[in-house]
Amino acid sequence: MSDFALSCPAPLAQHDRVLMAHGGGGRLMRELIERMFAARLDPQHETDAATLALGGRRLALTTDSFVVRPIFFPGGDIGSLAVHGTVNDLAMAGAEPVALSAAFILEEGLEMETLSRVVDSMAEAARRAGVRIVTGDTKVVERGHADQLYVTTTGVGVLIHDGELAPWRVTEGDEVVLSGDIGRHGMAVMSAREGLEFESEIVSDSAPVHREALGLLSSGIRVHCMRDLTRGGLASAVIEIARSARARVELDETRIPVREDVRAACELLGFDPLYVANEGRFIAFVAEGDGERAAALLPGGAVIGRVKETGAGVVTLRSLIGAERVLDLLSGEQLPRIC
Amino acid sequence: MKHLDEYRDAGRARALAAEIARTATRPWRIMEICGGQTHAILRFGIDQLLPPGLELVHGPGCPVCVTPLELIDRAIELAQTPGVVLASFGDMLRVPGSKTDLLAARAAGARVAMVYSPLEAVRLAGEKQDQQIVFFAVGFETTVPGVALAVREARRLGLQNFSILPAHVLVPPALRAILGSPQSRIQGVLAAGHVCTVEGYEDYEPLAADFGVPVVVTGFEPVDLLQGILLCVRQLEQGRAEVENQYARAVRREGNREAKALVREMFEPVDRKWRGIGVIPSSGLALRPAWREFDAEARFALSTGAVEEPSECISGLVLQGAKKPYECAAFATRCTPERPLGAPMVSSEGACAAYYRYGRHHV
Ligand code: SF4
Repeated sequence: MSDFALSCPAPLAQHDRVLMAHGGGGRLMRELIERMFAARLDPQHETDAATLALGGRRLALTTDSFVVRPIFFPGGDIGSLAVHGTVNDLAMAGAEPVALSAAFILEEGLEMETLSRVVDSMAEAARRAGVRIVTGDTKVVERGHADQLYVTTTGVGVLIHDGELAPWRVTEGDEVVLSGDIGRHGMAVMSAREGLEFESEIVSDSAPVHREALGLLSSGIRVHCMRDLTRGGLASAVIEIARSARARVELDETRIPVREDVRAACELLGFDPLYVANEGRFIAFVAEGDGERAAALLPGGAVIGRVKETGAGVVTLRSLIGAERVLDLLSGEQLPRIC
Repeated sequence: MKHLDEYRDAGRARALAAEIARTATRPWRIMEICGGQTHAILRFGIDQLLPPGLELVHGPGCPVCVTPLELIDRAIELAQTPGVVLASFGDMLRVPGSKTDLLAARAAGARVAMVYSPLEAVRLAGEKQDQQIVFFAVGFETTVPGVALAVREARRLGLQNFSILPAHVLVPPALRAILGSPQSRIQGVLAAGHVCTVEGYEDYEPLAADFGVPVVVTGFEPVDLLQGILLCVRQLEQGRAEVENQYARAVRREGNREAKALVREMFEPVDRKWRGIGVIPSSGLALRPAWREFDAEARFALSTGAVEEPSECISGLVLQGAKKPYECAAFATRCTPERPLGAPMVSSEGACAAYYRYGRHHV
C-alpha cells in the first residue's frame, strides 16, 4: 500500500483495492483508466480502437478481454462474444476488420468438451464476420485461479475512410442514431447467471455490427463518431462522447426502443435499461439532416436525440412523461434492489 | 406489461398535473414515504410538473438507508468469520458501515454472496453444508413474508447452517414517530403501495385521525404518483384527513391475510434503531422464541455496543423530510456515490442518490 501510494502519480483516493465497480463501465472505471493507465501508458484516448499509419495504409488496432459468467447464455457464448466485441470495436473506428488473435486463460479441470464448444463458436463467428483468427496463446492456471476460461482477442482492421471518427468531430446539430433495441445482452446474461426466470427467455443481442456500421460510411452519410454499446449501456456511451466532445446532447426517452420483456425484467430488479449492457448495438453521431436516412439503413434503427450546443458536456433526457433530467455515469454496476 | 404504458402516458400525466394545479389554492407539503417513489418522481421529472407551491418531501422509506451502522458492522463481521458466508440483496453491498462496506470487505477477502431472494440463500445453504449461510434480512413489510417462507423451508429441510440477521423495519410506527415530532412540517402523506399490498392500510387510519393528515396509498408509476398527489391535495383543500387508496389495482384494505398470518406466527415486533433517527418503539421484527435458532445474533457471538454516526451526514433529517439532500453541506462534494458518507447516497432507493443521479445537483 505504501509503495503504491509512493509510485502512483494520482492516487485513487480511498480505494486501496480493486473493486468490482472498477470494471463496471461507470465512473470508477473511467477514473481507473485515467489515473492508473492513461497517466503512465500511451493510449489514444476516447476511442475503442487506435488508428496507426503504417507504410501508407491506415490501420486500426484494438484489444479486449472477455470474462463473462456463465460462458454460455441465451443468444451466445464467450467465444462468439470475443469475436463480436473486437470486430465491433474496429468497426466503430471505421475499419474493415481483417484479422484477430485469440489468447486463452484456462482453469485446470475445464472440460475439453466445453472448450471445444467455445472454440467452434469462435470459428463460426469469425467465419460469419469475415475475419480470420491468425494467431493466439494458451495458458493454464490452477483450479480456483480463474472461472473456467477467459478469452482475450486483439484485432486489426483497415480504415475505409480518410477522416477520423472521434468525439472531437461531434458538433451542434448532429443527430444521434441508435442501431436497435437496448438492454438485451445484460438481462440475458443476468437471467442465465442468476437462474432468474422471466416470463419469456431474453436472448442476447450479441452480433457483429461492422457491416451495418461500414454501410453507413460507404453510403455517404456524414458520420462523425460511432461507439458500440457495451458495459454501462447506452447512457454511459452517450455521456462519454458528450463529455469528450464538450457538447450538450438531448435524448428523447420515447424514441429509445426497449423490448417489453427487457423492460419488465429491469423493473423487477430496479435497473434502468439505459445503463444495461449490449453487445450488438451502436450509436452514430451523424451530421444534421442525415439522421433519418442513417436510421433507415439500420434494422431497428432510430434517431433518438441531437446535439443541442457545444461547450457544456452533458446529456439530458426528455422523460416518457415529457420532463427533462440530466443523465450521469453510474458509480459502478447496477445492483438489484430489495423491493 | 402493457399496463405500464398506460401509467406512463404523457397525456394523462399532463392532464393530472393541470388538475393538481387547478385544485391547489395554497402551498402544501406532502411526504412520499417510499424511496422507490422518490426515485420515480425524480427519474420522470414529476416534481417539474407540479405547481410551485406544492412541495414533495422525502420520507424514511428506504430500508437500506435506515439500517443502523451497528447492524452493517455485524454483517461485515459475519462475512469475515471463517466458515460463514453472508448472503445479501445487491443494494445493501455498497452501504458504508462504521469502517467499511460489504463490497470492499469482499475485495479484502470476506465472503459475501449476492442473492435475489431469501429462498436462494436457503438453496445456497443446502449446497454448501460445510458453511454457515447468513441472510441479511433487510426490508419493509413487503419482504418479510419471503423471509418467513425461507426460514420455514430451512426448518423443513433440517438445515443446521442457515440463519438470518434480522434488520426488518415497519412503516407505520416510523410514520407515527415522524408525524408526532414537534418539528414535523408534513401536511399530507403518500403511503407506499407495495408495502400495503402485504399489510393493507388499516394501520394508517388511526394515524390520519390522530395527526389530521390525509394518507393516500399510492403506486409507483408517474400516473399513479400524480393521482395520489391529486387525491391528497383534494383532501387538504377540503379539510379532510382520511385514508384513500389510489393503488386499488394491487391493494386491499386488509392486505394479504395469508402473508400477514405467516409473519405474525414467526415474528414479533421489537424496538428497533433507525439510522440517523434513533430507536422507534415496535418498529422492527424479531423471530419468535420458537424460531430463534435461525437468528444469527443468537447463533454467533457478535459485537454489541453502539457506534457513532459520521457527524457530517444529515441523513436522519433527510429521512424525516426535514431537509433536502442538497441542503447537506457534504452533498455532491465530500459525499458522492463513489465515496458516500451516508447510506442515502448509495442505496438504490436513497433520496441523496436520487438527487445525485437525476442531476438535481447540476442545477
Ligand atoms: S448527502 Fe451524503 S452526507 Fe449528506 S445526508 Fe446524504 S448521505 Fe448523508
